[in-house]
Amino acid sequence: MIEASRLKIGYDNKIVVEDFDFEIKAGEIIALIGPNGSGKSTVLKVVSRLMKAMAGVVHLDGNDIHRLSTKEVAKKLSMLSQQQITPPDFTVRELVAYGRLPHRQWYETKSQEDEEIIEWAIGQTRLEKLADRYINNLSGGERQRAWIAMALAQRPKILLLDEPTTYLDICHQLEVMELVSRLNKELGITVVMVLHDLNQAVRYSHRLVVIKEGRFVAEGTPEAVLTKDMLRQVYNVEAEVTIDKNIGKPVFMPLGLAYGT
Amino acid sequence: MTAEKINITQINESDEVKKRLFKRLMVFMGAIALLLITAILSLRFGSVSYSTGEIVDALKGIEGSNAKTIVMNIRLPRMLLAIMVGANLAISGALLQAVMRNPLADPGLTGVSTGASLAAVTIMLVFPALTVYVPLAAFVGGCLACLFVYSLAWKRGIDPIRIILAGVAVNALLGGGTSLLSVLYSDKIQGVLMWLNGSIAGKSWYHVRILMPYSIIGIIIGLLCINTSNVLQLGDDAAKNLGIKVSHARIFLSLTAAFLAGISVATVGLIGFIGLIIPHISRLLVGSDYKYMLPVSALLGATLLVVADTAARTVFSPVELPVGILMAVFGGPFFLYLLRRGGAYRV
Repeated sequence: MIEASRLKIGYDNKIVVEDFDFEIKAGEIIALIGPNGSGKSTVLKVVSRLMKAMAGVVHLDGNDIHRLSTKEVAKKLSMLSQQQITPPDFTVRELVAYGRLPHRQWYETKSQEDEEIIEWAIGQTRLEKLADRYINNLSGGERQRAWIAMALAQRPKILLLDEPTTYLDICHQLEVMELVSRLNKELGITVVMVLHDLNQAVRYSHRLVVIKEGRFVAEGTPEAVLTKDMLRQVYNVEAEVTIDKNIGKPVFMPLGLAYGT
Repeated sequence: MTAEKINITQINESDEVKKRLFKRLMVFMGAIALLLITAILSLRFGSVSYSTGEIVDALKGIEGSNAKTIVMNIRLPRMLLAIMVGANLAISGALLQAVMRNPLADPGLTGVSTGASLAAVTIMLVFPALTVYVPLAAFVGGCLACLFVYSLAWKRGIDPIRIILAGVAVNALLGGGTSLLSVLYSDKIQGVLMWLNGSIAGKSWYHVRILMPYSIIGIIIGLLCINTSNVLQLGDDAAKNLGIKVSHARIFLSLTAAFLAGISVATVGLIGFIGLIIPHISRLLVGSDYKYMLPVSALLGATLLVVADTAARTVFSPVELPVGILMAVFGGPFFLYLLRRGGAYRV
């Protein structure tokens, strides 16, 4: 669906990502992992055409994403940044309604179909009871779900999420991850997430892509990628990696820093 | 999983949302009523006061009193100008607040006011023979200053903070030029002062006819910017994600705002305050959805300027005050009152 090759990305003179290839296949959940400042979020921004790369191309279904009309792209993919701003008096339903914007001409108003899709998106994210509440009065997890509902209202094939669980407590983290996982299974939406929590990344994604200092390090199934060696090389952390009996996937337990203190 | 499979959902909006809609519509109707009332009062009061009956007769064209002359030739054009300028400036400010995502944005920030001032003051003081061209010069000066600000702020797109900083710098530069001229030609400063404080006194049908078509065009374009303004409130990334070309949108909205402010300043001189305060008052009354906020801003801006202009010619009659001074005196306390009262929207 999305193929990015030889990306070189930077701000002003500072190059953040170099020589990076990235492929997103239909139906998968990918977690992009790496230490702070490794360029994960930057890659996500470029892949979703929010930002331009200095070199390299991003193809969406075979077309250069910057050549496509940005509105057309908005019908195919939706990207949620790490932090969102909402005016203090927008309700959940009003926010979700903005997801229909790419499907309308500027002179058109909401159609019956738009209304239905808005209610559907609210239902998918289980926000029915909160639909008329102000976003700013919701908890962090509910707010995140409201934004995911807005993204769903775009009816995207690909959902890109930049650290969707940061700032949330563990219950809300799981709520968001379970929601993402269900959207992938039931609606077939392809998901790309930047995640900090490696155990969550392993548990909820089909494929991990590791990036460090703007360069590709490794990719593969969670089992193949989450290893002692990777943790030492990429994160400078000594850790124990075991297969968890309950979920049947690897989990890691940090033991200490790899470089001593 | 398609929308067709879903039963047509009954949307049960909560009472609170219905109440909010009701309140918004009430405020909107109230603003229309308020504008009508103040418009009639502005025709009644002046150096000579008339009854509403006399005003109606004059508007119908019934001869027989001097009311017709004064109302039709002096007060009516003045009122119409106040309505247009007030609405223009309020819309302009509201659009710029969306562009900058900053509640302190006002039309002056684009450089329009200081650019227009410098051009107008230059003509009035240095080339007094060309005074008829003051409106044209002011408009051109405003446009040039606005372009200057935006070209300084441009760097792979338009960043609000850069516009604000460039605006402040350009305003300081051009404002310095105006001050310099005022000092050098301090003997002829009287007319300039009136212009710099904005005045609708002595304006006639001629000015109404010039301003009207541009005002109508500008206001229509402004109303078409409602959706874009709303989306910009969600932040750049969210707006881009929804298929909005954010930099294009910012420039388009800014140009519309600068146009509305430019034509107004060119006709009646500098009138501050409306563009900054009225959008806030509207926000406090109807919330931050531009669908309601922008029309209410236009109505309240018009109302405020009509009231201020009427007061300007009656309070210290026969002395006419520049309307800008009165506006600050009227609007400031009212704004502070709303601010203290608060609401869903907080500044």
